[in-house]
Amino acid sequence: MSRPAASARAHLLVRREHPVARIAGLIGLFVLWELLTRTGWVPPLFLPSPLAVLGSGIEMLRSGELITHVVTSLERIALGFGLGALAGIAVGLGVGVFSVLDAIGTPVIAATFPVPKIALLPLLILWLGIGEASKVAVITLGVFFPMAINTYTGVRHADPLLIRAAVSFGAGRWSLIRKVMLPSALPMVFAGLKLGAGTSLLLLVAAEMIAASSGIGFLVLNAQNLMETTKLMVGIVLLSLLGLASHWLLTRLERVAIPWKADA
Amino acid sequence: MRIRVDDVSKSYRAGRGRQVDALSGVTFTVEAQELVAVVGPSGCGKSTLLNLLAGLLQPDGGVIDFEGSLRAGRPATAMVFQEFALFPWRTAQANVEFGLEETGVPARERHAIARRFIELTGLGGFETRYPHQLSGGMRQRVGIARALAVDPAVLLMDEPFSALDAQTRQLMQEELLAIWARTRQTILYVTHNIHEAVFMADRVVVLSRRPGRVLEIVPVPLPRPRTEAMLAEPAFLGAVERIWSLIKSQALDALREGAA
Repeated sequence: MSRPAASARAHLLVRREHPVARIAGLIGLFVLWELLTRTGWVPPLFLPSPLAVLGSGIEMLRSGELITHVVTSLERIALGFGLGALAGIAVGLGVGVFSVLDAIGTPVIAATFPVPKIALLPLLILWLGIGEASKVAVITLGVFFPMAINTYTGVRHADPLLIRAAVSFGAGRWSLIRKVMLPSALPMVFAGLKLGAGTSLLLLVAAEMIAASSGIGFLVLNAQNLMETTKLMVGIVLLSLLGLASHWLLTRLERVAIPWKADA
Repeated sequence: MRIRVDDVSKSYRAGRGRQVDALSGVTFTVEAQELVAVVGPSGCGKSTLLNLLAGLLQPDGGVIDFEGSLRAGRPATAMVFQEFALFPWRTAQANVEFGLEETGVPARERHAIARRFIELTGLGGFETRYPHQLSGGMRQRVGIARALAVDPAVLLMDEPFSALDAQTRQLMQEELLAIWARTRQTILYVTHNIHEAVFMADRVVVLSRRPGRVLEIVPVPLPRPRTEAMLAEPAFLGAVERIWSLIKSQALDALREGAA
């Protein structure tokens, strides 16, 4: 009795890649969208064609309108995200390392974390005024929590064996934090950064829709008020590009910062 | 440097306040430049003993004494771990330098010392690899180099090769003996493998089940260097048989209890 070496079931164990299908799906979506708008079934006021959106985007770029909105938004995000990430890492590290801070900090974070941060915007405007500070602050808060919680989790999940090894080689507390706990937490820190990047985009748009006269969120809301649906779509496309870019950037940064995970 | 373990006892609290006596009245010595193995059945307190020697635990009773003068900056012990315990974010070279960093050796000197032990352990050419890029045997070489680099008075080895496959283990045992022959580093070698203990050691300390006591200290009357051919010699088999007869009934008890 003989049997072929690779049975008919062998392919079940392999997940194939379909490079053509990956691109075809995206292109198909745009073609379908363009065709749908050309037939005239959907009025451009509700759904402008992708080519019209592209044209409008280029025109806004030429007039400088686009740059102003994007730069304003980027400034808010960069500042809010940066402050929130730094504070979150610092607090997460402190609470993770020191048991006293853990006892104090964990209940406080658990109690304040569930508040939807956008609900705090009116309060922040009251405190900080309608200007940049309140928008930056709401993003900072939104990034702070996932960063603090992720860093804390990363530190607490540091391998006890590595801590024991480090101590057996004479490491003190500061060495332990710097050489064992912080690198242990790095993968979780990056997961937090990616999470925070999404949150900060969401809060940016919300804040700019509620109280702003510039920025991408304002652009979208303003375009809707003026029934300029193509401009509105430009804003949405911009936001998705911003989300993609931040994720790509963080993934690249992660590869550089965590080389021991890169080709595991 | 000679280690004297004199009447050492240690107990700890397990869950629900239950007191577990890990070690009771343990007494033995390790002479300078000697290679002493410790064997015992599961739950004989081998890990507790190592932690006590490494200074990670305090004994409840008795003394652990490192006799002889210790050069300034030279640690009494350094440990090689069963699961390697390498820092995944450090290259082989940086792992070897870890202990030297903690004892405050300047960077340039650190580098030179690490290079020497990387060569000694056969890691040349792998300096820039991360642990996950190395095989089990290579990883433990890093572990051994890291411990040797700090020049400890006593090298503590906690079942260093038990995570390796049988062939690699045999090769690593011989290689460790070759390194030991060159450095004459005092070694305390903990293992549950009787053959390994006899093959490596000058003397084998046999521990009982919990609470760990010294049942007997069995000398190994085999010449150095040890070779694979000796595995069939009467002196080797005699020592193995003696140790097995000491711990067999206890190992059976451990098996029945399902104690790990």
